[in-house]
Amino acid sequence: MSTVTLAKKRRPPGLAAKQRKQALRTLAFMSPWLIGFAVFFAYPLISTVYFSFMHYDGFKPPTWVGTKNWTYVFKNYPYFWPAMRNTLWLVVVMVSLRVVFGLGVGLLITKIKTATGVFRTLFYLPYLAPPVAATMAFAFLLNPGTGPVNSLLEKVGIPAPGWFNDPTWSKPALTLLALWGIGDLMVIFMAALLDVPQEQYEAAELDGASAWQRFRYVTLPNISPIVMFAVVTGVIQTMQYYTQPLIAGKVASGVIQGAGTQFEPGYPEKSTLTLPQLVYNLGFQRFDYGSACVVALVLFALSMVFTAFLMRRRGGLNLAGD
Amino acid sequence: MAQVLDKPVELRAPVTPAERTARRKALMEWIAVHSLGVAAALFFTLPFVFVFLTSLMSDSQALSRDLIPHTWEWGNYRKVFDTPGFLTWWKNTLIYAGLGTVLTVVSSIPVAYALAKFRFRGRNLSLMLVISMMMLPPQVVIIPMYLFWAKQLDLSGTLWPLIIPMAFGDAFSIFLLRQFLMTIPNEYLDAAKVDGCGEFKTLVRVVLPMAKPGIAAVALFQFFYAWNDYFGPQIYASENPGAWTLSYGLESFKGAHHTDWNLTMAATVLVMAPVILVFFFAQKAFVEGVTLTGVKG
Repeated sequence: MSTVTLAKKRRPPGLAAKQRKQALRTLAFMSPWLIGFAVFFAYPLISTVYFSFMHYDGFKPPTWVGTKNWTYVFKNYPYFWPAMRNTLWLVVVMVSLRVVFGLGVGLLITKIKTATGVFRTLFYLPYLAPPVAATMAFAFLLNPGTGPVNSLLEKVGIPAPGWFNDPTWSKPALTLLALWGIGDLMVIFMAALLDVPQEQYEAAELDGASAWQRFRYVTLPNISPIVMFAVVTGVIQTMQYYTQPLIAGKVASGVIQGAGTQFEPGYPEKSTLTLPQLVYNLGFQRFDYGSACVVALVLFALSMVFTAFLMRRRGGLNLAGD
Repeated sequence: MAQVLDKPVELRAPVTPAERTARRKALMEWIAVHSLGVAAALFFTLPFVFVFLTSLMSDSQALSRDLIPHTWEWGNYRKVFDTPGFLTWWKNTLIYAGLGTVLTVVSSIPVAYALAKFRFRGRNLSLMLVISMMMLPPQVVIIPMYLFWAKQLDLSGTLWPLIIPMAFGDAFSIFLLRQFLMTIPNEYLDAAKVDGCGEFKTLVRVVLPMAKPGIAAVALFQFFYAWNDYFGPQIYASENPGAWTLSYGLESFKGAHHTDWNLTMAATVLVMAPVILVFFFAQKAFVEGVTLTGVKG
């Protein structure tokens, strides 16, 4: 205690004023985000919790219904568990395939010595294709009747699947689309692979290590933080997976927009349902804002669990500061 | 090939058997790697090629299994442009993406600068909240946000509910810029302060010129985000076709031209092309942005 008072006494005049000025300066620089945080994050999040206990259709004033929305979503809403199962499928299959493929393409691009720039650009381009356009393109390429992919498959004599029109093949088709847009992971892995110290490879080669052993004992340990990063961000992206499954389902089902028709999401047979689509379905098709908020909170909880995991890891997001 | 074998010329003459096998091994590896590369390149480019070829087919041929157009119907693109609304979607997309990008960059820079270079209590907490916001699916807060914009401010049927929030900093842009600004050595800032610059002047005169690549990356990402956004326009603009964007309109175009794959693919090409053109002009900034958010640490 005494040292503190001592320190206070010794403070040169004007320091408090300077500190206040610095605090004001920080506040001024941070202000756009502080307002944004309050208005577009904190307030709506609290509001979402509030509405999850309300019955509200947007017209009559909201009424308190306790946990009725929650039991409805978990017990009676026919889309909730299919969407959860689909999300799990996508996390297990799509995310891991994307990481493996991204690493593979990253490795390949570091080995290519001729026309590297051309290859890199070609590999990267699909990632840039706007999701609606890319999904539309794949719905065409994979359409069972006249699509080029099935035409080629049948020419070779491989039985052609129904892709977006078949509930067992719709998620694999989405996975194919996700693998096509691997550019982001490719660039991240490429940078990581080029950072692996060359001496370690040389040492391993002197010890007579095979190509696989060099990959297993030199490459993988060096890039494992990046693999982890790719897995966790992949999971978080899966929680947000919305446009591609929705458009794929819409195009494949052939529902014509407008004219009072409403698209029941998840075509075919709920196989492309994801959690964000449920928020839209409940809130903007069924006007059950309360239950939509329940799904939104489930989505929030899942995203935050993985985000916390990401932030706890050293190196992953460079939180250490200076 | 020379790069792979990479051996001085004079060593080439007396070829020992060991050297020959080594050279053959290198050659085999070169062939294996590059055939894999070509196979991968086909996987990544053929979808574009098929889409483009189909966009040039006649109506009847687009419904057949042919891969190459018999007649090259460039008029398909004209037909797409003549579709009522198509030009409006372009205009709206450019407004949303352009205005949104400018607002995002201007509002995110000071925040990113404070998070990167100021020392204050709650800085790490703020950064964690920024990352949380960045990872949050937009659907989580959409119900209250929609009620706010539509019921309280009566702005549904416009793109303003999507543009206005961008004036208050975007989490991803703040994070990316902060990562970039961390790489600028403090000595530059200290030197500017010794010369009598205040924080604001330091930011504008010293930091911004050095941060140009980071700002370019943020601007590109934000532009692409707005260009690609489907959920936002679906929520706020769906009731008013005059406010649709390309990404949203494209889907309804497919609905209206249900069996015309050729026209749908032409429209698809027209939505993809600008993004790819922008990428070719700004490739470096873009790739830098991807690595910055992911790998540095």
